[in-house]
Amino acid sequence: MSDICISAASVSHSYGETAALTAVDLEVHKGTVFGLLGPNGSGKTTLFRLFATLLPLQAGNISICGIDLKNDPASIRRKLGVTFQSPAVDPRLTVAENLLCHGRIYGLSRKPLISRIDELLEQFSLSDRKKSIVGELSGGLRRRVELAKGLLHRPEVLLLDEPSTGLDPAARRQFWDMIHEQQQKEGTTVVLTTHLMQEAETCAHLVLMDKGRVISQGSPQTLQASIDGDRLSIRSRDPVELRPVLESLLQVKARNVGNRMCFRVPDGAAALQHVMSTCGDRVLSAEVACPSLEDVFLEVTGRGFADDVLPDDVLQDSEEAAS
Amino acid sequence: MNASSQPGSMWSAAWALAWRELIRFFRQRTRVIGAIGQPVIFWVLFGAGLGGSFQPPKWAAGLSQPLTYQEYFFPGVAVLIVMFTAIFSTISIIEDRREGFLQGVLAAPVPRSVIVMGKVLGGTVLAVIQAGLFLLVGPLLSYVGLSPALQITLDPVPAILAALFLILIAVELTALGFLIAWPMNSTQGFHAIMSIFLMPMWLLSGAFFPGGGSDWLSWIVRLNPLTYGVAGLRRLLYSGTLPVTDSLPSMPVCVGVTVAFSVVTCLICVKLVSRPMTHNVT
Repeated sequence: MSDICISAASVSHSYGETAALTAVDLEVHKGTVFGLLGPNGSGKTTLFRLFATLLPLQAGNISICGIDLKNDPASIRRKLGVTFQSPAVDPRLTVAENLLCHGRIYGLSRKPLISRIDELLEQFSLSDRKKSIVGELSGGLRRRVELAKGLLHRPEVLLLDEPSTGLDPAARRQFWDMIHEQQQKEGTTVVLTTHLMQEAETCAHLVLMDKGRVISQGSPQTLQASIDGDRLSIRSRDPVELRPVLESLLQVKARNVGNRMCFRVPDGAAALQHVMSTCGDRVLSAEVACPSLEDVFLEVTGRGFADDVLPDDVLQDSEEAAS
Repeated sequence: MNASSQPGSMWSAAWALAWRELIRFFRQRTRVIGAIGQPVIFWVLFGAGLGGSFQPPKWAAGLSQPLTYQEYFFPGVAVLIVMFTAIFSTISIIEDRREGFLQGVLAAPVPRSVIVMGKVLGGTVLAVIQAGLFLLVGPLLSYVGLSPALQITLDPVPAILAALFLILIAVELTALGFLIAWPMNSTQGFHAIMSIFLMPMWLLSGAFFPGGGSDWLSWIVRLNPLTYGVAGLRRLLYSGTLPVTDSLPSMPVCVGVTVAFSVVTCLICVKLVSRPMTHNVT
């Protein structure tokens, strides 16, 4: 039996004149956590919607769990659990009512449904919130309800669109632990879209997307190892004046990420020493690290990933990762 | 525990959506008050205010006592309650889309017609409960002086028939509301359609005035499908004893037109939801 859970071949999609996806090819293996990483407008959400059967397939082929999406989207829907970027739970209903309503829509009969709801509420530590109105829950709890809802019918594939949108770091970590637990316990294939590096790094396999195309793919480690050298990040009180000095010193162009200047250098330790001995008094902090996924993106596209997302968001993420 | 797409599970899914409508409705007390309170206030105020200038239509000549305006207006108010409930139920489609709930249903392994079935079922149950309550409680207002004594007779069989006919009117109006709301992105747009289309439709259905004053007006009344809903309900409230006139069609015609309009609006709704639309996903 094939190990491939989702395969997409030459998939293209456009909204009127605007091309959102161009000749996308990818394969998702069963039981993995698979990430679609790209900035806003890279086409990852369009691909997600095609997988979720919410958009008609215009060109190419998609097969999910061995079923052709064009011929039998209804059978595919039975295999999918979908969690959207914007919440799809009813804020006026209680947690249990939401799950009950959703389970009935998925054709589950009442008795097994009720025990499945209790099981999931237990799994996601929501048992004491069973009768709470969803609109009164915190963002993190609401996300957990979404996740429980997506898993009610024991789907083979869990699709998540930007799953940690609006979550604080603690809730985000907790949410991720739950996703990985589910994947390990039930062997669920998880496919998610994200623009957060930290989130992407936890995936087993990544597809980097830009302007509707797949630009690179592999495990995060393979992708990072595909770039030589190190990354040197420097924070200064007077970045505007220091930038040209450092650029000529290191013989490489700087790029801004938040309030830092980043340089890709062949030997990070030597570059750091050189910078500190020459203009160390003007440096607030300096850090040497292996190339990030963002560097991979820059290498392939020639553009910074953060050009399209809020710099503060990226900065906050990297700071959270450091802390 | 596999999901299936049997007709039984379609109904179960539709009922789940309708059940959600009921919970949402009863959890918002202002909606309950709005849907039944406003028509009752209209009935009492217009009934008292316009009573003096009202000329009973021809079909009322055979009644034992002269027909007061408030009594004439009574079935019209029941239909207004159905219309308001249908509007409020279907306007929530726009909220469902905005809040994201709709995309969850669209990704489920059920035909999209379930969305129509769920909304129409939920809207109909709510409308029939409220309009039925008004038909039962309305005549009692005469005891506190807020209405004249009504001549309507609600024996068990006509009462059951009236309830069944109310279901038909509710299906027709909820489906109509649905097909207006479905393509819309904002509730403001729906309010505009409500003011220029749905309210005039009710006003020109013989619910508010007999409409025999001019040729063009009586033609509009005759072409309005809701006229047959109001007339049918009026007939059932008088146990089918009223004569057939230009402004009061016969019962078979009323049932025929109302059923036909319900079927057509439901079919259009199913057709509409089956078309993939990008604005359904957020």
